[in-house]
Amino acid sequence: MPDTDLDAPDQPSLTTVHEPTTSTSSPLGGMPLLRPTLPRLAPPLMLLAAFAVAVVLGLTVSSLNPVALLAETAVLYGAAIYTTSAVVEGRRNAVDRLVTVVVTTFFLLALLPLVSVLLEVVRDGYKRFDVTFFTYSMRGVVGEGGGAYAAIMGTLIITALTTVVSVPIGILTAVYLVEYSKGSRLGKVLTFFVDVMTGIPSIVAGLFAVALFVLFLGPGARAGVIGAVALSVLMIPVVVRSTEEMLRLVPNELREASYALGVSRWRTITKVVLRTSVAGIVTGVTLAVARIIGETAPLLVTVGTTTSSNTNPFSGRMATLPVFSYYEYAQPGIPRGPYLDRAWAAALTLIIIVMALNLIARLVSRFFAPKTGR
Amino acid sequence: MKRTTSARAAVPVALAISLTLAACGAANEDSGSGSSSSGSASGGTTVSGTIAGAGASTQTVAQQTWKAGFEGSNPDATVNYDPIGSGGGREQFLAGATQFGGSDAYLKDEELAKVPSTCGEVIEYPVYVSPIAIAYNLKGVDNLKLDATTLAKIMKGEIKKWNDPAIKALNEGVDLPATTVVPVHRNDESGTTQNFTDYLHAVAPDVWTDKASGEWPISGGESAKGTQGVVQAITAGDGYIGYADASQTAELGNAQIKVGTSFQGPSAEAAAKIIDESERVSGRGKYDFAIDIKRDVASEGVYPIVLASYTLACTKYADQKTADLVKAYLTYTVSPEGQQAAAKAAGSAPISDSATKNAQTAIAAISAG
Amino acid sequence: MSTTSDKPGVVHDAPRYGDRIFAGAATGAGVLILLVLAGVAGFLLWQALPALTASPADVRGGEGLAHYIFPLAFGTILTALIALVIATPLSVGIALFITHYAPRRIAIALGYVVDLLAAVPSIIYGLWGVYVVAPASVPVATWLSTWLGFLPFFGPDPSASGRTTLVVGVVLAIMILPVMTAVNREVFLQTPRLHEEASLALGATRWEMIRQAVLPFGRSGVISGAMLGLGRALGETMAVAIILSVAAGVHWDIIGTANSGTIAADIALQFPESSGLDVNTLVASGLVLFFITLLVNMAARWVIARRSDFSGAN
Repeated sequence: MPDTDLDAPDQPSLTTVHEPTTSTSSPLGGMPLLRPTLPRLAPPLMLLAAFAVAVVLGLTVSSLNPVALLAETAVLYGAAIYTTSAVVEGRRNAVDRLVTVVVTTFFLLALLPLVSVLLEVVRDGYKRFDVTFFTYSMRGVVGEGGGAYAAIMGTLIITALTTVVSVPIGILTAVYLVEYSKGSRLGKVLTFFVDVMTGIPSIVAGLFAVALFVLFLGPGARAGVIGAVALSVLMIPVVVRSTEEMLRLVPNELREASYALGVSRWRTITKVVLRTSVAGIVTGVTLAVARIIGETAPLLVTVGTTTSSNTNPFSGRMATLPVFSYYEYAQPGIPRGPYLDRAWAAALTLIIIVMALNLIARLVSRFFAPKTGR
Repeated sequence: MKRTTSARAAVPVALAISLTLAACGAANEDSGSGSSSSGSASGGTTVSGTIAGAGASTQTVAQQTWKAGFEGSNPDATVNYDPIGSGGGREQFLAGATQFGGSDAYLKDEELAKVPSTCGEVIEYPVYVSPIAIAYNLKGVDNLKLDATTLAKIMKGEIKKWNDPAIKALNEGVDLPATTVVPVHRNDESGTTQNFTDYLHAVAPDVWTDKASGEWPISGGESAKGTQGVVQAITAGDGYIGYADASQTAELGNAQIKVGTSFQGPSAEAAAKIIDESERVSGRGKYDFAIDIKRDVASEGVYPIVLASYTLACTKYADQKTADLVKAYLTYTVSPEGQQAAAKAAGSAPISDSATKNAQTAIAAISAG
Repeated sequence: MSTTSDKPGVVHDAPRYGDRIFAGAATGAGVLILLVLAGVAGFLLWQALPALTASPADVRGGEGLAHYIFPLAFGTILTALIALVIATPLSVGIALFITHYAPRRIAIALGYVVDLLAAVPSIIYGLWGVYVVAPASVPVATWLSTWLGFLPFFGPDPSASGRTTLVVGVVLAIMILPVMTAVNREVFLQTPRLHEEASLALGATRWEMIRQAVLPFGRSGVISGAMLGLGRALGETMAVAIILSVAAGVHWDIIGTANSGTIAADIALQFPESSGLDVNTLVASGLVLFFITLLVNMAARWVIARRSDFSGAN
């Protein structure tokens, strides 16, 4: 137990709790029936004490920032629980407790920056979260006012198109890799190159899509669909990779059981394999959508920007949220205020859209997924 | 505000859903309201159609402003401008992908050779002039004077402390601290860097031996992305100094630069004057008003570190409607009205009367066929 | 998968059209991807060719292509490695916490929160890195420089603004956490219940159970997730471009003002204002990134293949 500046009220209770445990070897005069365990209250109290020490440390020695506080608390508590547990419960349990501390700390450590990012976006984005922002486009707007209606529509349409293109191709490819390829050369080549595809820089995908469409449409072609093609190049490998991983986890027993009942192969795949892994696949697809919905560079060269709203993805420029947000931030007019407010509001909108998609996807997967133990 | 917070939070979500379903168009578009009703630059008759330009991101806000004013008086016209950068803008213009272009540098000779024959003669004139400020963050120093040589030494890292004798000599009576000098430059290739290094090389060639370049030519110092990045870096660090578009450096100290015998800060008027002092590049087309900015100007009241961004256009367009639209739009951008609007929104310097006249001559030559 | 290799339809000999169509569609999708990739590669080569054949003096930087691209490749790998070193244990920890430690109800919500983080656009991460992480890193960098200065990574002059390789690595780590965590989580969730219960029944503590049942089962998935994360870290553009204070050349010092750039960020930074041969040079660097990803994935495949005897559905 690390000594703390916490005094009188807690100290006695802690020590009384520990007094008997140090002499556990002889309560019954011989073999104990149960392995001795730490009293239930001990870990939370130790955690509190560790936190208090960390606060004191933060105030005196280091600075009082959340990351340092968390790390110090974790180290102190980890050391305390490990030593006490090792003495009382034995080494194996002590390791178990230590790992619990480490895992929980990792989780909290990861959560901190994420919360910090979200807070920042919400705090700055909230200012322009009004009706005008969602109903106005930027046509005819200079300085204050205006909104992201056109950009929201553009992003929704282009993302929908991208998903419609990428998800079937991605899932089918993953099915091919897992169910059909069986170590064939095509399968090996494909696995390898899908990985390589994840490394295509986004701007390259954009330039490729432009080059492709210029062949058919002549120079100056700008349309939502070109952007969707560029984004598909980025999205497909992510879908393939995550789906493949999920399909591989479907136990072979399920497939064999299905075949044994005389079910055809494609029905086995669609009804058994895909449905068993639907939750994982949906998660993967949602992540893939999240990956591409915030892309700026490929959209700028393929879709361009405009201030008016355009809901036809097959002709003409469209505004999109990331591009909108980026240029409101990077090239503001004077005064800067309204531009930056719009930029943050657009970023917040983007996050909310992904949140909504995520939620829908989860509902869908819950609806389709078979009941499992978890 | 407080009363309606919960309602406010609910509105966007509901709206996002209903708008997706309805897709009824933006509230400000059909009625044509929300735009300024002042501009009737196209001379009474309205034009229609859609044209597109692409190029320098420096012009982003100015183009937005012109577009808003123009579309306000010509509700059936749409002008688009993609701020993809000067290089991309020139390339797309030369490929015929856009009707007009924006570029921080005039066309190079080899690019001039690529102008398509359908374009007729190429039109090129500075439309957006903006002073580049030497911004700094130094506690207790509100007024800093520098000359080109000292500035070049600072940016090169040869001057390490703010109380260096060279700086002291220029700033008599100013209590300069011993803070370390940290020069900040752009890490992205930019017209701003091009113009700044052009200035340093032209005025202090002994110290700044590298030729003008859009990419920062030397190593050392800190680098940051874009105007916003540089401004943020300078704002964050005591002793930092860098160059950035003057419209975004109002909250920082802006150094005065020695011109001739006097010192001049980055004001719009002083920036516009340099265009008149500079020489037109010779041996180019009739409507090509490319200029080499005279950095070593000595006249009082002129600020030499400016960025001049060009409009690129053709004298010939495929059909009358496009020609009319381009003509009307470009006319509006160089009109005093358009230039004032841009100055107000983007902080640029309105171009001078003679520059306007040149541009108008060129625009008048636009026709169909 | 070997068990399904024989004809599944022994009973009916009639051809199953559904099967054929489905198999055809699946193969077709795979072939389509290869075609697209071939298209991209062809496009890259076509665009990069002028830079590959140009005389060294004409290439950006004036000293040849390799001289320009090598430091960028170095920076790309260095930042991605830092990100991976930080993110891998973290993501395993988070995934374990969500699947095996947190109460179930909370676990679902937590999984959702982590997924959300993938939705934050990279520009936002960049701004957050510059405004929040960079200033916070300065004292840490100073400490590292003072006490671990004998290592080549920690130079004597830490940056006063914190726009360093280290900060980029940290921000990249956080950016790739959601993807890696999601994969790990799904994989850990698929650990056969029986394995876990058998382990517990033999008296293993929770950690021992995880070490014996969960981790071996999920190893290939964890590597897979790490590769996905690495792919994203290698290709990340905006966040790196916004944060990093770049200087030409190779810099081992990860806390100084001079840092090697990364390929993707360099393309984003230089592309807009480039024209002619400069564009070709940038595309050539994109090609190099392509090859780096290729090599990294080959390595990963090799690692997985060596350990595949105890993983997945077999």
